[in-house]
Amino acid sequence: MTQHTSGSGKMVLVLTLIAALSGAILAAWDSYTAPKITYHREQALLVAISQVLPAHDSTRTVVRNGQTFYEAFAGDSLVGVGFQALGNGFQGQIRMMLGMTPDLESITGLEILEQVETPGLGTKIVHDPSQRSEPEWFTNQFNGLLPRPELTVIKNATPTHSNEIQAITGATISSQAVVRILNQQIESARQAFRTGSGVVHG
Amino acid sequence: MAKKQISIWQEIVKGLWRENPVLATLLGLCPTLAVTNTAVNGLAMGLATSFVLLSSSLFISILRHFIPHQVRIASYIVIIAAFVTVADRFLAGFFPVISQSLGPYVPLIVVNCLILGRQEAFSSKNKIGRSLLDGIGMGLGFSLVLIALGMVRELLGSGSIFGITLLGEWFEPWMVMILPPGAFLTLGFFIAIANWINDRRATA
Repeated sequence: MTQHTSGSGKMVLVLTLIAALSGAILAAWDSYTAPKITYHREQALLVAISQVLPAHDSTRTVVRNGQTFYEAFAGDSLVGVGFQALGNGFQGQIRMMLGMTPDLESITGLEILEQVETPGLGTKIVHDPSQRSEPEWFTNQFNGLLPRPELTVIKNATPTHSNEIQAITGATISSQAVVRILNQQIESARQAFRTGSGVVHG
Repeated sequence: MAKKQISIWQEIVKGLWRENPVLATLLGLCPTLAVTNTAVNGLAMGLATSFVLLSSSLFISILRHFIPHQVRIASYIVIIAAFVTVADRFLAGFFPVISQSLGPYVPLIVVNCLILGRQEAFSSKNKIGRSLLDGIGMGLGFSLVLIALGMVRELLGSGSIFGITLLGEWFEPWMVMILPPGAFLTLGFFIAIANWINDRRATA
């Protein structure tokens, strides 16, 4: 094949055309997929909300002091409040949905929405394949805990107090990260929820 | 081109064994090592890469007479990046669970040297039909090895294949197999076995 050199005019033209064409394809594809991606994200959020909060028959979204809360009602009474907790884990962000009683004193459930921890070690915060009977034991042990004064992590022992959780063997940093994020976010959520006047969204 | 062309069938089959991207030419090892901790991840990464490879081969083969030699790599990368983004958005929109478990490795297909390598070595010099066949063969060869790696690692590391538990309670999972060292170990054995088979064939 002959390799003829071209003028810079042709180079600019061809590269511009290729970039423009690629951009057009992406713009069209994005407008098609973006609603689906948003839909999946919202669905995952709804599933998490219903899992972390006590039995309820309706939920509503309330923004207090700029923070979004998901309130669960059984009939007319408020039975639980859920909110997202976000922070840095071992390798990247951990995003969680935390459910608490309406006074924000006791935890009713925890779900990990997103994480990029080490496969096989840190990912046990979501799913531990070595515990066949209860692979989600890590998040389950948060149920019913009282973060007063705050949650603490203990290693190689069974928790005895109502604010203690057991660290995952081989993933102490991930375990501590989850607890650190929760402690920070519970504190700020308490302030936002108790002092702020709410704006109801749907 | 004066060189005598191989048959159409050979154009596909060469990617499966003789010029297999993972076992023979050792291209595209980053995703090969990174995401094959389960069979499903291997399958998804194999298919996503094959899609990008096939689409890029088609476009670059069509445009091969228009792209100036000096800006060919830049042009290839723009085209490849566009298709990678299409694949990434597709997974996020239709298979959110797989998209989440593959994480940043889908966008990283852009820098998979298998794809750029095939464009530079093949699609930019061959007709559209041949380039598509080459893409199919290479994509298939890449996917099959990734699925096989994923199956071995998932079986030994989690006791299951495609998420179905095969080994009972007695089996203590080899955690190392789903961690990065397990990827190197398994791939090493795969390449050793492939070379052993080739040696036996050569001496037979």
